[in-house]
Amino acid sequence: MSDPALPEGVERHAFDSRERLATRGPPVYGEPTDGEWRAWDPSRSKLGAMLELGMDTGLAGGETVLYLGAASGTTVSHVADCCGPTYAVEFAARPARDLLSVAEPRGNLFPLLKDARRPATYAHVVEPVDVVVQDVATRGQADVAVRNARFLPEGGRLLLAVKARSEDVTADPDDVFDEVTETLSAAYEVLESRRLDRFHDDHLGVVARRR
Amino acid sequence: MDEDVPSGRGWFEGLERGDEAGLAASVRDGSAEMPADWPALAVERGFADTEAAYYDTLHETALAATRAAVREAERAGDRQLVHAVRAMDDCSRTANELAERVEEWAGSLLDESGTGVEFAREVAESGEVPATLRTLAQRVVDLDEQAARLRTDIERTAPDVAPNLAAMAGPVLAARLVSLAGGLESLAKKPSGTLQVLGAEEALFAHLRGRAPSPKHGVIYTHDAVRNTHPDDRGSASRALAGKLTIAARVDHYSGERKPELDEELRERIAAIRARKRGAEEDGDE
Repeated sequence: MSDPALPEGVERHAFDSRERLATRGPPVYGEPTDGEWRAWDPSRSKLGAMLELGMDTGLAGGETVLYLGAASGTTVSHVADCCGPTYAVEFAARPARDLLSVAEPRGNLFPLLKDARRPATYAHVVEPVDVVVQDVATRGQADVAVRNARFLPEGGRLLLAVKARSEDVTADPDDVFDEVTETLSAAYEVLESRRLDRFHDDHLGVVARRR
Repeated sequence: MDEDVPSGRGWFEGLERGDEAGLAASVRDGSAEMPADWPALAVERGFADTEAAYYDTLHETALAATRAAVREAERAGDRQLVHAVRAMDDCSRTANELAERVEEWAGSLLDESGTGVEFAREVAESGEVPATLRTLAQRVVDLDEQAARLRTDIERTAPDVAPNLAAMAGPVLAARLVSLAGGLESLAKKPSGTLQVLGAEEALFAHLRGRAPSPKHGVIYTHDAVRNTHPDDRGSASRALAGKLTIAARVDHYSGERKPELDEELRERIAAIRARKRGAEEDGDE
């Protein structure tokens, strides 16, 4: 069955008689599978949580994607399953080692060991994209998004997960989120933002559009 | 930047599709200020016949480049040191936990009992306990020996990875600081106040949330300069020590040159703190 809010290639699929998000591709971390479908766990994936919570990500499927903060590839594997060319930037070597095995069987997934705060170190590889997905656990998350706006055309989407604790462990998450939204406005128009607390504590999901 | 191509050059430019090493190096080391429609340019310039072929090559090249970069990062001396010190701590902790288990079990069977790894060694050689308990005790002994081997490795390698830090802190504490920071580079980039409380994160977060006083020291507590200083002066001592260790870590990361004068500076500073007339002056060091 298909759901108008979900991108092409993402479906709600029954695993053990429970409806869950799923994409088609080789399994990555032992998630439940059903034939060629594999479950997309929203509590392990911020983008999965945004879809599960019904946020309008604007993803239709098939887009060219720049994914910042790919980590060991849990989410980016699902993105590559339903999208086109997917550039996966990760800064830390240890998770990038796992990302390699996720990328190996996916011809459209290009892993890059680079620092998302320094886009010039990968702009010679990454083409302009339709969507930037960002999940970096570093201070200055909004600033990272602004610096990477160069990869998006006007109107291009940013799907951002903000982790309040990465900015300041002691600050009130709401204050952190206000500040992030303010910084984003330098390059983006925020279309929707929503707390992901049901799946991820003190995280904000943001859908924004390149100005 | 090249004036004809103000946004920089694509990773494939000037290279052939068969040149795997050159392409991977270009992905790793190249740069461009702005992205461009690389797939179309690659076809236009004859690097690939079709965009599909371009993406195939990009996939292989990105994998190769990232694999090489990951391997290099993970094999670096400081990463190996981090693994060694964590493994050593795991072995010691597990040995002690199992030793307690052996103690309890053997205590119910033997007239004489003891404690710790030493007692486990006796149990392992005892003819009066079941074979299973004997082999369990032997595991404790083996784990303890493994921890000792790891410590020897750390003592041998830490001075190569971080010569000044290892000299000032001792190899094991140096390795532990590198481990807690997540690498020598991140340790070198931390402010001295952070290094001072590495290993006391729980107390630090309690403090930041306003529930506790600020911790005076984390793992550097085990350093002679802190431990053997009068409790009233330990805050000053650990602040001074953290300051010097931070400098040592930075020298190690950015130059790698051994600077014995750092050790001397620390000695003098700690001697000055210990010589203070108690309560007569406020803390006034760096």
